[in-house]
Amino acid sequence: MSVGESSTPLGRVRGLGSAHHGGEHWLTERVTSIALLLLGVWLIASLLILPTLDFRTILEWLHAPSAAIPMALLIIVGFKHALDGMKVVVDDYVHDAGNNFALNTFLLFLAVGGAATALFALGRIAFMGAA
Amino acid sequence: MAASIFHRITGGALSVVGLAVLTWWLAALSGGSETYASFTKVATSIPGKIVLIGLTWAFLQHLFSGIRHLVLDTGQGFELGVNKTFAVLTFVASVLLTAALWWYLLGVAK
Repeated sequence: MSVGESSTPLGRVRGLGSAHHGGEHWLTERVTSIALLLLGVWLIASLLILPTLDFRTILEWLHAPSAAIPMALLIIVGFKHALDGMKVVVDDYVHDAGNNFALNTFLLFLAVGGAATALFALGRIAFMGAA
Repeated sequence: MAASIFHRITGGALSVVGLAVLTWWLAALSGGSETYASFTKVATSIPGKIVLIGLTWAFLQHLFSGIRHLVLDTGQGFELGVNKTFAVLTFVASVLLTAALWWYLLGVAK
């Protein structure tokens, strides 16, 4: 049955709306934002506290779990929050269903690919032989 | 209104440029000291510094206007005066903090 044919009010509105999972998406965006507030401040504070920002110092810092773990979380939560935010912008401005799907899929691939690249690099640093 | 559109602009910049720089930085580190040197050469050049200072400001602006949005989500702060003051404060705080951070970074580095 198409949208207009339904006889009940609920039937007429069911399936309408832009994202179909708006509530969950909305909440996830806010929860990740609070996590990024903590992780972002951690990153800036850490870089300020380090005596220098040369290769050895940063490598030693990221080698320790106390920095590698928050960095891994920053990468995962950062890319997730970026993807959620970009989806809101795309859904607001790109209304054609095909273009909307194509752009959101492209951004999904970009975010997952970027996160995988950053995590792999971090893993290489963290699991490198004794520095 | 300005705070709201800047939230989107800074969010977009952080998503694309910010995460690209973070990924590049980590990839360069994992590649060894020579690869890292090629990163720092670009990052410490004048255009590199402008991008990093811009990203610092974008992060802080997004952070403060994000906090503003979280407060607005609870249904508070919609009175005209309060709302405007809060929006202006996000810009004041982000610009001052960016200036302070880079004044410290550039002063210590060299």
